[in-house]
Amino acid sequence: MNTISPYHTWRKVKNHSMSVLSFACAITVIAPLALVLFYLIKAGASSLDWHFFTQLPKPVGELGGGMANAIVGTLMLLALASFIGVPVGVLGGVYLSEYGSERVNWWIRFGADVLNGVPSIVWGIVAYALVVVPMKGFSAYAGGVALGFMMIPLIIRTTEEVLLLVPNGYREGALALGIPRWKIILRIVMKTALKGIVTGVLLAVARIAGETAPLLFTAFGNRFWTHHLKDPIAALPLQIFSYAISPYDDWHRQAWAGALVLILIIFLINIGVRALTRGKFSGATR
Amino acid sequence: MSANITTAQPKKEDKPLTTENNQRSPLAHLASAGRAETPSRSTPVSEVAFEVNNLSCWFGQQQAVYGLNLQIPAKAVTAIIGPSGCGKSTFLRCLNRMHELVRGSRLNGRIRLFGEDVYGPRVDATLVRRRVGMVFQKSNPFPTMSIRENVTVGLRLNGVRQRPVLEERMERALHMAALWDEVKDHLDLPGTSLSGGQQQRLCIARALAVQPEVLLMDEPASALDPIATMKIEELIQELKKDYTIVIVTHNMQQAARCSDYTAFLYLGRLIEYDKTVKIFTNPSNKQTEDYVTGRFG
Amino acid sequence: MERHFDQELADLKEHLLRMAGFAEQSVAQALKALVQRDHSLATKVDADDSLLDKLEIEIDDRCIKLLALRQPIATDLRFITMAMKISSELERIGDQAVNIAHRAEELNKEPLLKPLVDIPRMADHAQGMIHDGLDAFVYAKPDLAREVVKRDEKVDLLNRQLHRELTSFMIEDPHTITRCLNLMSVAHNLERIADHATNIAEDIVYLYEGRDIRHQNG
Repeated sequence: MNTISPYHTWRKVKNHSMSVLSFACAITVIAPLALVLFYLIKAGASSLDWHFFTQLPKPVGELGGGMANAIVGTLMLLALASFIGVPVGVLGGVYLSEYGSERVNWWIRFGADVLNGVPSIVWGIVAYALVVVPMKGFSAYAGGVALGFMMIPLIIRTTEEVLLLVPNGYREGALALGIPRWKIILRIVMKTALKGIVTGVLLAVARIAGETAPLLFTAFGNRFWTHHLKDPIAALPLQIFSYAISPYDDWHRQAWAGALVLILIIFLINIGVRALTRGKFSGATR
Repeated sequence: MSANITTAQPKKEDKPLTTENNQRSPLAHLASAGRAETPSRSTPVSEVAFEVNNLSCWFGQQQAVYGLNLQIPAKAVTAIIGPSGCGKSTFLRCLNRMHELVRGSRLNGRIRLFGEDVYGPRVDATLVRRRVGMVFQKSNPFPTMSIRENVTVGLRLNGVRQRPVLEERMERALHMAALWDEVKDHLDLPGTSLSGGQQQRLCIARALAVQPEVLLMDEPASALDPIATMKIEELIQELKKDYTIVIVTHNMQQAARCSDYTAFLYLGRLIEYDKTVKIFTNPSNKQTEDYVTGRFG
Repeated sequence: MERHFDQELADLKEHLLRMAGFAEQSVAQALKALVQRDHSLATKVDADDSLLDKLEIEIDDRCIKLLALRQPIATDLRFITMAMKISSELERIGDQAVNIAHRAEELNKEPLLKPLVDIPRMADHAQGMIHDGLDAFVYAKPDLAREVVKRDEKVDLLNRQLHRELTSFMIEDPHTITRCLNLMSVAHNLERIADHATNIAEDIVYLYEGRDIRHQNG
């Protein structure tokens, strides 16, 4: 019996061409990413020197200087934002997954999804109204609040999703041992989902690390070191923005370097996420 | 004539212990029998672990159990059998107040655990669950914990901190679950690194570590291979010397092998409840007979 | 792996052996009552028979329970089913012993007809068959059991021989008829005991080999 049908060759060709097409699509997606990274490295790497990381910006017109305060400022803002965003987000996610009623939860989820899509400048305005106006000035606090509020809906959703992935069997098993509910959630459910929760937090941090708009009129930027959190603070995106629209080549050069550093920070955070998802006791995480 | 010979008078037609409408105590016959069922037990059962009065429960609008009345004896194995969906697991979860954790669930009637009302107004459900442990169909050792931590979790998360106490209780629980020899050299491996049968015994050890009075088992061996199943059944025979055990099973032969008393539930109603040997040699109710012989269900 | 079921099987075996011991004892006592013309022994055999009856019921009850609750297979299944059969045979051996005791009582009322030779010989065979059959059971020797089966023929021969002898006695002297008939009855009882012992031996071969050797000798 003839096992090779006349359609066999046509099927092979079709199969092969689909593989090629899929590969091409993948390339199309990754290529811009690779190109951007490549260009950034090309444009900015040469400016990454010791001065860049340790010196303050020089006054207008003078060559040299660095973005030390902006780098530190970004890190401080991220810390502040996490301080606000992580507890609220994680606890909100816990509430959605472990408590609450059907109706209330539906509204919370809906709200979170809507807020996830709100333009970041709106968060800036909210922080302006809530923090800048009463304090009568721009501050790191305001920037932290703006970025922190942005993190909340993101973390709520990722936390909830990860907690829902924890099989109910663990909760039941723990309940049957006579362990109080809150302890079960804290010591067992969250511990099982910890990697997923941390992943969600880090992704949120990576997301807000590059936000510029909300910082425009909250953190405001600072050409010097910030000594109090109630003072305006420099941040990489702000610095990049102001340098990029300036007429000075030197500042353009530094802007490229700053963008590269920003991308590297985000890159490192993501690598950290990857490293975390490999571990000895894997729970219910991705 | 040796004193070992047990009396061999055939019983007169045994009346059923409890039917749906009958409130008579199922253990009354033990007072008149006066002989041990199995050679290994020297004293007949006299204490009642659970007294269930007119228990009904619902999932929202759907009623799952209709007016159940029965008494579960202490330090014996009681099996609950019946076709799928007859309410056996639901009933079991009422005994340790797990039924109420389901959204929309409702319950009526009374359950007494060694005389105390389990659903009393000031009774803390968490404390009930410490006295009434439960082992589930699918073994669920906590993945983030080692074997040692798994066994002691019930103690640690309830405030017991001293290492020697935890170690001693852990060792005892693992011995009782017939798992000690297999794991004593790798107590720090993750709980999930064990085989299915071992994981289930780990869950049993975990439940026993809190020293409950009753152990509920919801189809504990249905996910296991025959050898692992046999080990669990042998374990149950050993455990009943110290604990009251209620086991739900859809495997009738398992109920026959393991239990001393059997309750047959059908569509949420108690059809027959009697000593296992009676149910499997000469059931009083035709429905019971049809079910155990496999003619339906 | 040691199972709780194994303990129950061991208990069953113990009961069965005890019953066998009593049955052997019954037969021995009935024959003693006959040969030594002892009246008190005869009544004792009768009384002790109720013990055998009780044991049969008890063993059957246990076996039914084990079958229902334990779902035995293979050797366990053969053991439990054969235990039921063997207990039944032992009970009947006991009944035959009672019959012999009754005949002994009747015979003891009249003088001895002739010295008892063949009957004790038959009794030796029958008792030997019971004893060896039980040995085969205890020590797991199916070959011994097979050999026991073969001995039944000898007992049958002795029975027929005695039958002829006693018939000629009765024809010669009608006054001996009562005694002869009683003696023939005793011989018949012994022949039946040997048959039951044969059945037990066949059951033991089945138990240990899984082979059914019944009804092979026509």
